[in-house]
Amino acid sequence: MEHYLSLFVRSIFIENMALAFFLGMCTFLAISKKIQPALGLGIAVTVVLTITVPANYLIHAYLLKEGALAWAGLPEVDLSFLGLLSYIGVIAAIVQILEMFLDKFVPALYNALGIFLPLITVNCAILGASLFMVERDYNLAESAVYGAGSGVGWALAIVALAGIREKLKYSDIPQGLQGLGITFMAAGLMSLGFMSFGGIDI
Amino acid sequence: MASVKETLTGPIFKNNPIALQILGICSALAVTSSLKVTLVMCVALTLVTAFANFFVSIIRKQIPGSIRIIVQMVIIASLVIVVDQFLKAYAYNISKQLSVFVGLIITNCIVMGRAEAFAMKNPPIPSFFDGVGNGLGYSVVLIAVATVRELFGAGKLLGFEILPLVTEGGWYNPNGLLLLPPSAFFLIGGFIWVLRSVRKEQVEKPDYTMASHTPLKEGV
Repeated sequence: MEHYLSLFVRSIFIENMALAFFLGMCTFLAISKKIQPALGLGIAVTVVLTITVPANYLIHAYLLKEGALAWAGLPEVDLSFLGLLSYIGVIAAIVQILEMFLDKFVPALYNALGIFLPLITVNCAILGASLFMVERDYNLAESAVYGAGSGVGWALAIVALAGIREKLKYSDIPQGLQGLGITFMAAGLMSLGFMSFGGIDI
Repeated sequence: MASVKETLTGPIFKNNPIALQILGICSALAVTSSLKVTLVMCVALTLVTAFANFFVSIIRKQIPGSIRIIVQMVIIASLVIVVDQFLKAYAYNISKQLSVFVGLIITNCIVMGRAEAFAMKNPPIPSFFDGVGNGLGYSVVLIAVATVRELFGAGKLLGFEILPLVTEGGWYNPNGLLLLPPSAFFLIGGFIWVLRSVRKEQVEKPDYTMASHTPLKEGV
């Protein structure tokens, strides 16, 4: 139990997707002008990550890994080169299914997330989490915890940045730094702040 | 062919994918702590963008509109797999250092964005050059950032010692911050600042402008 808690905390603060690995930056910078949409996107990313990372783990462990097809009587087959293609396919499919499911059963949430769901397919944080999961050899439970944790971490980062930017628009910024430039600087300072979580270990 | 030159050089400064279109920033920040890795990443991305544009453009009339994203995704993912396997075979150490970021070229918005915005509407040859141009635009920013980070962070360029470090008997005291992730944010922010000071038309309009200062008249 402690192991999972530690993994969860680490994936939120120390290995924060947005601020330590710079994943999902495009949407991180583009959708962080206001808090409300940033929160919606953060929740959507968390949900999708929590589902896709374990799903991709199953694909990896039972179909693609070297010797993974032993249950089908093909122990020599190594399909790991198909990894990238299958992960992105799984992500795209899950996002699509989630969209249809929410539309039918939870219309309130669907309307709140609306335009962000399709955007998530091309969010590198999602694919990145799956690739990290493969690289670090997580098992099923670990990958679920890791997916959820990195989603929460990403959501935390984007909401915090949106909060800063809402205040920032009233400040007097040099002309060339207006907009994107100052956002980079703010994100850099946040990233420095998150580095101070570095030594935490539960 | 002036138009080829235009599509090739336009994205480098005038319409830079990173500084102006906010595309492909993830990898720009993460791989720039050493110049060698950055160069490999730039070549990989430029090739993938160029060929993805080329192939998408060849079949652009056959792709049904409703499933075009998936088709583009499959083309891009296949190209990235080729690059990934090639790197694993011939440059294993660098591929280890790049770790997940080769795979993340798939979701790099530059590739997707150019396939969607340019290759779907233009014939194969211009699309190819557009891909090369955007790849170069991305490379310019990355190489600039990586040069600063490696030179001033570690005193080396491509592994050769340029500024001898204090710890090794030299005179240069390295700036450790530049090796840490956040420095990339500051450097790209600074790059954007410089670029936009030169090209004023790229400056964004502020959401909220301060009222100009009107001094009170004497004796009011």
